[in-house]
Amino acid sequence: MSAVAVETAGTASADQAPIRRGKGRRWTSYILPTYTWVVIVYLAFPIAVMIVFGFNDVPGRVSARWYGFTTQWYTQLFDNTELTAAFKNSIGIAVISSAVSTLIGALLGLALGRYRFKGAPSTNYLVFLAIASPEIVLGTSLLTMFVNAYTFIPQGFPTILVSHIAFSISFVAVTVRARVQGLSSSYEEAAQDLGADPLNTFRLVTLPLIMPSVISGFLLAFALSVDDFVITSFVAGPTVTFPLYVAGAAKQGIPPQVNVMGTILFSVGVLAAISSAVAPAIASRRDAKRLSQDRELTASLTASVGSKG
Amino acid sequence: MADQARPRLQDLMGSSAQAAEGGAPPARKANRRKRLVPYGLAAPSVLWLLVFFLIPTLYMAFISLGSGFLGNIKFGTNFSNYVEVLKTYDKQFIRSVIYALIVTFLALCIAYPLAYWIALYGGRRKNVFILLILLPFFVSFVIRTVQWQFILADTGIIFGPLKNLGLLSKNFHVLSTPVAVIAGITYNFLPFTVLPLYVALERLDPRLLEAGRDLYANKVTTFLKVVWPLSLPGVFAAFLLTFVPAVGDFVNSQILGGPKTTMIGQIIQTLFQTNFDYPHGAALSFILMAFLLIGASLYAKVLGTEAVTSAAAR
Repeated sequence: MSAVAVETAGTASADQAPIRRGKGRRWTSYILPTYTWVVIVYLAFPIAVMIVFGFNDVPGRVSARWYGFTTQWYTQLFDNTELTAAFKNSIGIAVISSAVSTLIGALLGLALGRYRFKGAPSTNYLVFLAIASPEIVLGTSLLTMFVNAYTFIPQGFPTILVSHIAFSISFVAVTVRARVQGLSSSYEEAAQDLGADPLNTFRLVTLPLIMPSVISGFLLAFALSVDDFVITSFVAGPTVTFPLYVAGAAKQGIPPQVNVMGTILFSVGVLAAISSAVAPAIASRRDAKRLSQDRELTASLTASVGSKG
Repeated sequence: MADQARPRLQDLMGSSAQAAEGGAPPARKANRRKRLVPYGLAAPSVLWLLVFFLIPTLYMAFISLGSGFLGNIKFGTNFSNYVEVLKTYDKQFIRSVIYALIVTFLALCIAYPLAYWIALYGGRRKNVFILLILLPFFVSFVIRTVQWQFILADTGIIFGPLKNLGLLSKNFHVLSTPVAVIAGITYNFLPFTVLPLYVALERLDPRLLEAGRDLYANKVTTFLKVVWPLSLPGVFAAFLLTFVPAVGDFVNSQILGGPKTTMIGQIIQTLFQTNFDYPHGAALSFILMAFLLIGASLYAKVLGTEAVTSAAAR
C-alpha cells in the first residue's frame, strides 16, 4: 500500500503538485490513501459476498450459513425455468436495444460534436434532460403513454424494448460527442483535399476515429439495459426481466443461481470495460492523444454507472 | 454560449470553404446539402426522444391536471391534484426529502476526500482508482441492494455471529429501519457523487495550488481558499445528481425498508400500478421532476448550460 503511495508521489511530483516523499513524510500523508482503500473495500464488499455465496452448497434459497463449497450452481445455472426465462428476456432486450440505440445515438453524437446547426443547443438540452430525469418519471410517463395513447404497441417485450432504446440513446450520444469534440477535423479535411467524397470520408476516416467511443457507447447501452429495474418495472406488462425477477424473489430469498448470473454479468462487464478502456489507450500512444482519451474514458465510465445503475 | 466549447478549427474550415467557393453555383448547392447533414444525422435519435421521452412527459403533465382512473380519465385544468397529493402523502414526502438530504450529505462527506486524493495525488493511476471505485456498479442495482439485504439480515453474516457471541442483543435489527434505507441509497448513488467531484478537482490547475502554498504556506488555508471554492461547481453537480434520484428512489426502501420507511417513490408506484389513479400519480411524479428542473436551471444560471450538460456527460 505504501509502495503505491510512494510511487504515485514520484510520478505526481514530475508534473503537478509535488508532495513530500521518503523519510520526510509525516503519518498524516497516509490518511487519505488509506481512506481511499477503505472506501474501495466497502464498495466492493457486497460484490465479494455475491461471488462467494454463489459457491455455497445450500439446500434451497441463499442462506447466511456456509454449507460447504460447490460449483453446482454453475452447472445447474439454467435449472430454474422462471429465472432462465427472465435472464433470456433481459439479454434479448439488451442486444436489440443497444444495437439500435448505438446506431442512431452515435449519429446524434457526431452531429452534436462536429456540426453547428440551428437546434443544436436545444438538442443538447433534450439529451441532458433524458439523462438527468429521475427514472421514476421516465417510467411513469412511458406507462401513461403506452396505456392511453400508444396502445398499438403490445405491452411486454416491445414496450420494454422501445423504452430501453429511448433511455440509451442519450448515453451513447454523449459518449460519442465527447470523443468527436476531442478530435481535430483536419483528418477529414485532409481526406477531402485528397479527393474523397463525403461517404468515403466518413467510412474511411471519421468512423475509424470515433469507433472506440461507439464501442464504449454500445457496451454502456447494453449494461444499462441489462440492469434497468425502475423503468422496466413500469412498462414491462406481463414480461419478467432478470432485475424484475430478482426484486420479486428478494422477499422469500433468492435462488443461488442469481448470485452466479450476477457474477457472470459482472465478469463480462469488467472484461468489456477494461478491454474498451485499454484498447484505445494502447492505440492512442501512437497519436499522442492521451488527454482526450482519458477524458473520454472518464466520460464513458461516468455514464456507464449512469442513473440506470 | 453553448457553442463556445466547439472546436475552433470548425470555424476556420467553414470560413475557408466559403472563401474558396467564390459564389460558384455547384459549390453553393453542395454547401446547402452539407448544411443539411447534421439534421439528417440527428433526426432518428431526436425523433425517438420526442416520441418516447418528451411527448410522454408532456402527456403526463397533461394527465396530472385531469381526474378519474385508468380507462376513464377526464382531462381538466385543475391543479388541485398537486395540493391533494402533497396533503395526503405529506409524511412520506417529507420523509423522502429528509432521507435524500441525509444521503446526499453522507455521500458528499464520503466522496469528497476520495475524489480529492485521487484527482490531486492519484498521478498516473487516477483512472485505475476511478475504475476500482466504479467496478461494483457493474453489478445490477437490484442485485447490489439484495446483497445488502442479505448482509444486513437479522441473523445474517454480520449480525448472526455477533448475536451468537452475545455481543448484540437478540432483537437488534437494522433491516426495515431508516438506517438500512439511508445506507442502501448512499451506497447505490455514491458514484454520482464521486464523479462530478472528481471531474471538478481533476481540472484544477496545479499551479494554483503551488501559488497558494507560496502565498499562504499552509495546506488547510490553501484548501479553504483555493481548492474548495474552485470545486464548488462539482459539489453542486454532485448534490443535484445524488439528491434528485435519491428522493425518487423506491428500490432501497422496498427491499431494505419496512412499513415505517415508505418513500414517495413507493407511493407513486402504488398509485399507478395498484390504484390506477394516474392523475394523482402523475402529479407526484411531476413534483419530483420539478426538483430536477429547478436545480438544473439554478445551475445553468450560475454556470451556463454547457456546464450542466457536460456535468451530466462526465
